[in-house]
Amino acid sequence: MAREPVSDIQLYYARVIDRAAKLAFCLLLITFAIYISGVLRPYVALEDLPGYWGQPAHHYLQAAQIQTGWAWLGELHHGDFLNFIPIAIMAGVTFLGYLWVLSKFFRNRETILGIIIIIQLVVLALAASGIIRTGGH
Amino acid sequence: MRGRASFCRGRGRETPAPIPNCRPAAPRGLAQGREQRKVGSPFPRRPAWPPIYLPLIIILFLCLWGGPAPAWGAEGPAAPGGGGSTPWWVWALVLFGFSFIVGILSLLGGMGGGTLFVSIVGGFLPFHLDFVRCASLLVALSGALSAGPGLLRFGMGDLRLSLPIALMTSTGAIFGAVIGLKLPAHVIQIALGFTILGIVAVMVRAKRSEYPRVPKADVLSHHLGLAGVYLDRATGEEVSWKVHRTPLALGSFLLIGIMAGVFGIGAGWANVAVLNLIMGAPLKVAVGTSKLIVCLTDTAAAWVYLHSGAVMLVVVVPSIIGMMLGSWAGVGILVRIAPIRLRYVVIALLLFAGIRSLLKGFGIWN
Repeated sequence: MAREPVSDIQLYYARVIDRAAKLAFCLLLITFAIYISGVLRPYVALEDLPGYWGQPAHHYLQAAQIQTGWAWLGELHHGDFLNFIPIAIMAGVTFLGYLWVLSKFFRNRETILGIIIIIQLVVLALAASGIIRTGGH
Repeated sequence: MRGRASFCRGRGRETPAPIPNCRPAAPRGLAQGREQRKVGSPFPRRPAWPPIYLPLIIILFLCLWGGPAPAWGAEGPAAPGGGGSTPWWVWALVLFGFSFIVGILSLLGGMGGGTLFVSIVGGFLPFHLDFVRCASLLVALSGALSAGPGLLRFGMGDLRLSLPIALMTSTGAIFGAVIGLKLPAHVIQIALGFTILGIVAVMVRAKRSEYPRVPKADVLSHHLGLAGVYLDRATGEEVSWKVHRTPLALGSFLLIGIMAGVFGIGAGWANVAVLNLIMGAPLKVAVGTSKLIVCLTDTAAAWVYLHSGAVMLVVVVPSIIGMMLGSWAGVGILVRIAPIRLRYVVIALLLFAGIRSLLKGFGIWN
């Protein structure tokens, strides 16, 4: 069990998620400022939100005629959907980190952990793909 | 197992004198302050914070607040502008204030914050639970991403240990998120109420062990290499550890993931309990690794909520900012707080939030 207290792979993973997370936070602040300042016109007016936020998500989608999944990529010219970029980055940080360290595990001949990372990447990709979503209750 | 190699040669546990080149157990001023209290300081003592009646004040405020009842009963799309005359930015500021307080309390209580956030914001503000849970997941995720790199660098979080566990929790979280978005809000509230009361029971009864005894690593953990060494900076010693009962723990983590997805929480408290009490990981490793697991659990669940349209930006962003600022403010408070009182504050709040969720779910107190 003679392992270093902190392995190189662990430090590398820490560096990747640290940078990506900071980038996501900064971008989120900027895009939210753009959203509430009205620099880019939002898809749903801010004044209308109190009428929606007490309803289940699928009622909101129906009423505001918002498409689910990755459809927001086509609406980035709206101030509200612009904020989805940093949120997607935030939700993609760990995927990125795992992708970065994957080859290092195989290089160190840690095949089992490498395979676990591959399965984890598949699970995350499945979640991020938009295949798994619900139309609500 | 408690294989502990001395990190600073010649330094025993009972040795009171500081050794050159050894990191002190605590910041100098703090250590001195503690010592002064022991021998009886001539200076007047600052009263311990927070006062024991703090939870009563918060609970009284929440009772009086009440908040407008969410329109859960309403069927069909809402008409815009139906949320009352209060402008959106007032609610955003109120949410920011709530998140700030939850950020302080969760940090002081040693929780990730998701559970307190969902129960308090979901119980007292007019936002639907779908949006609150999505915001909670992103709040817990941002908190875990902030803490993760530091924990990894200091060896408190173990990437290798987190890999098989996070696979289980993230898989469970996807199923949980789908289930959670399918269930009616009042059912979620009832289930959340019972879960929170369960957490209170665990917090009251569970006796965590700093260095659990692990006689022998199980076959699975041996093959996965789930063992390690970390430097305990408080004692200046290297602590080697290994884990056991891995198959049982992995099954538990699958259930934890489902629960996290259903309620939109990080469930760090549950991760720590399983890592420490079932697997036998040292408490610091359990706490640190739990954050790494939360990153994966909440990432998987957040994608499902995101794709299901549960992102309400004026709920998400003030919550993230409020919780982060609250956590920073909490660090300043943490150094002069009486831990035992704090435990009571968090337990009292959780107890109240759990009962409130149950009453709301049963339609008794809307």
